Amino acid sequence: MKRALIAASIACLTAMGLSFELIGAPSAEKGAAAKKEVTAEKAVSSAQRQSRGAYLAQAGNCMGCHTAQGGRLYAGGRSLSTPFGTFVTPNITPDKATGIGHWTEQDFWKALHEGKSRDGRPLYPSFPYTEYTKITREDSDAIFAHLQTLAPVAQHNPPSKINFPYNFQPLLSLWRAIYFKPGVYQPDTAKSHEWNRGAYLVQGLGHCNACHAQRNPLGAVGDDTLGGGQIMGSNWYAPSLTSSQEAGSAGWPIEEITQLLTTGISPQSATSGPMADVVRQSLQHLSKEDALAMANYLKSLPETSPRVRAAAPVVTGQVKNWFQRGAKLYEKHCQDCHGDSGQGAPGIYPPLAGNRGVTMTPPVNAVRSVLNGGYPPSTAGNPRPYGMPPFAQVLRDDEVAQVLSYIRNAWGNHASLVTTDQVDRSREGSH
Amino acid sequence: MAFMFSAGFAVAGVAIAAAPVDVPDTMAERVKACVVCHGPEDRMGRDAYYPRIAGKPEGYIFNQLRNFRDGRRYYRPMTLLLANVSDRYLLEMAAYFSALEQPYPPPERTALSSNESKLAQKLINQGDPSRKIPACVECHGKALMGTAPFIPGLLGLPRVYLIAQFGAWRSGGLLRGQTPDCMSEIAKELTTDETNAIAAWLAAQSVPEKTGAAANLPVEMARRCESLFHRNDAP
Ligand code: HEC
Ligand code: HEC
Ligand code: HEC
Ligand code: HEC
Ligand code: HEC
Repeated sequence: MKRALIAASIACLTAMGLSFELIGAPSAEKGAAAKKEVTAEKAVSSAQRQSRGAYLAQAGNCMGCHTAQGGRLYAGGRSLSTPFGTFVTPNITPDKATGIGHWTEQDFWKALHEGKSRDGRPLYPSFPYTEYTKITREDSDAIFAHLQTLAPVAQHNPPSKINFPYNFQPLLSLWRAIYFKPGVYQPDTAKSHEWNRGAYLVQGLGHCNACHAQRNPLGAVGDDTLGGGQIMGSNWYAPSLTSSQEAGSAGWPIEEITQLLTTGISPQSATSGPMADVVRQSLQHLSKEDALAMANYLKSLPETSPRVRAAAPVVTGQVKNWFQRGAKLYEKHCQDCHGDSGQGAPGIYPPLAGNRGVTMTPPVNAVRSVLNGGYPPSTAGNPRPYGMPPFAQVLRDDEVAQVLSYIRNAWGNHASLVTTDQVDRSREGSH
Repeated sequence: MAFMFSAGFAVAGVAIAAAPVDVPDTMAERVKACVVCHGPEDRMGRDAYYPRIAGKPEGYIFNQLRNFRDGRRYYRPMTLLLANVSDRYLLEMAAYFSALEQPYPPPERTALSSNESKLAQKLINQGDPSRKIPACVECHGKALMGTAPFIPGLLGLPRVYLIAQFGAWRSGGLLRGQTPDCMSEIAKELTTDETNAIAAWLAAQSVPEKTGAAANLPVEMARRCESLFHRNDAP
């Protein structure tokens, strides 16, 4: 049975390999034609291509994963922990021995578009090629041209530690055959150029779906797009970008969406954790036009119901008592910043009244905010953010649960209670 | 669901009705996230000892903040807190705390034999040339109040904190700084008896009033500590 599946998967992969070559062919011709251009023009265009590649690499946040904490840029070595094991990102500087100095444009395209290393080894989808496959060949070549201009860094990284049975390569091939549909983004001709640009960025380079969608037990994102999901191997929930009860932006003014994406803060909320990383490393560098295109696309997404439905508590005597204790804690520890009606100071301290980050059904993010505090990212648009103190060392688990249950149901908010247990489980979530 | 949605808008209406919280545009307001732990007095928290940071040299504070953020010095709450703070902003925080004047705690009463006291003072004032250990005062200043802008003072720090720092250096790498540096090399040479004596002696001294950090580091010492002064910028 297992053998048959594996054999089938290999057959599928072979078939896929063929179709890739077909896609590759026309651009090879283009390449030959380009060679005939005069040298001067080529120099200009190659400089332009490199700087375009630098911009695209930022939009794709390649550096975020391919740089270790405090390490050399693009030299890899960052560990990504998942239920399948710990992946260590490779060095993608042009060093010949330890990086991708020997690679050609075609090798690079195969990695981004097909998810295969230079030697043909299928790559694990912790590298989001499942999204990057939508990138055009032209953009892939530009990113490659940029990476090749970096200073080579000789750095060997430790190998990934992948758990059994996921380290069994035929299983990966099978996974790819079932879940991975390679293909460049196809514009929707019924929509505007701007909308298509936004869709290209969100679905492809921006790889928003890598976090904002539920993964099945095999780590695959199904057909569900941007519907929200727990981030693998971490205690963060990336909210649905299509539900008005989570982070859907249908009801937001366009300027506030672009403000949130490019500065990390808006009058209604602030980014934190992995989203703050994405803003600082990537989205803040978007051009005005691209940020606007992204916002327009996000705003246009059709409304879906959230994965987990809200269930406001029945207010019994016991629950009232719980709220009262929460209210006292709020007054003592939180009110100075978030205000006596949860109104906050828009753009500085996020309001908690009407804040979907507070009322979202999975409370994990709110629990984390209270335990660990945080600064929204320092960005060009908000270089000196105000911060939230951590309370892990001040409040007990039951106190955190009380204050959160209270703010989730005060000032017109309605959401389920937070339990002491949920807080306890978050304490050790390290990423 | 339509109901939930309109309820959401009603809430926004209420929020707008209450005047936004008035927030002063100052550094003191911006570092409220720090002073829950680094308050005016040194203290033992639920999870760790929270060291004083007010009045320490700016460059030293800046280096430590980068160490925490970039995973070279390990204390998880600060690493998480600083994750997305830029170098420029860290430098501003460092300048703010460095200029902050706060009274020092009274000296600790520590049990110290006269032998231990002699051992501590000898290392502090003369070092041990046979093991290439310079006198602590060479770098930390005659008054032990530090040398601007990278070397911290050694007075006004509790014994437990001092012992923990020596322990961290001895266990190497991750815990503190980009080891090896001039300080970790010295700390590795010292025995546990020596560091215990030094910590107890230092903690028992009162902090001289009106004595700031020394201005100049001897050239030879500056050379030894070079790695701390020019650090590659992290992303
Ligand atoms: C979410 C983290 C993440 C992001 C973002 C990311 N990568 Fe990677 N990348 C990885 C991991 C993990 C691997 C290794 C996968 C494996 O070994 O199977 C990898 C592998 C690669 C490889 C193959 C290297 C080799 O030696 O086989 C290339 C090339 C690459 N990435 C380029 C990029 C580029 C270009 C971008 C930005 C457009 C990017 N990556 C963004 C995580 C990431
Ligand atoms: C590395 C994982 C990750 C990636 C990639 C990612 N997000 Fe997020 N995002 C999160 C998490 C976690 C949250 C919840 C924390 C928060 O609210 O800041 C979030 C929150 C958001 C929010 C709501 C913010 C708020 O405070 O209201 C929006 C909007 C959003 N993301 C848009 C995007 C878009 C657009 C992309 C792609 C360009 C993207 N995200 C890519 C993890 C990610
Ligand atoms: C010193 C000011 C300050 C205090 C005190 C404070 N907060 Fe915050 N709070 C902030 C800031 C700033 C943010 C944005 C943090 C970020 O983006 O990482 C925030 C974010 C939050 C969030 C996440 C909101 C979102 O948009 O996702 C919640 C929930 C929260 N605070 C609850 C509390 C509670 C409960 C308390 C009291 C126990 C409290 N805060 C005390 C400043 C404060
Ligand atoms: C949860 C409590 C907590 C918070 C919040 C916190 N710190 Fe710390 N800080 C500590 C502890 C504990 C240490 C000592 C860690 C060690 O032993 O290495 C420390 C060490 C330091 C040091 C090094 C002191 C020295 O002499 O080497 C500096 C500087 C510092 N913190 C600055 C800050 C700043 C600035 C902030 C706010 C952005 C902040 N801290 C927030 C607990 C905290
Ligand atoms: C060659 C110069 C030099 C000498 C000599 C020296 N130190 Fe240091 N010391 C430093 C530097 C530099 C730092 C800051 C390290 C850093 O940035 O992480 C430091 C830091 C310290 C700290 C940490 C203070 C804090 O606030 O966390 C202690 C404790 C310390 N030294 C004790 C000593 C003792 C005791 C001696 C004598 C045995 C000594 N040092 C000799 C350069 C020196």
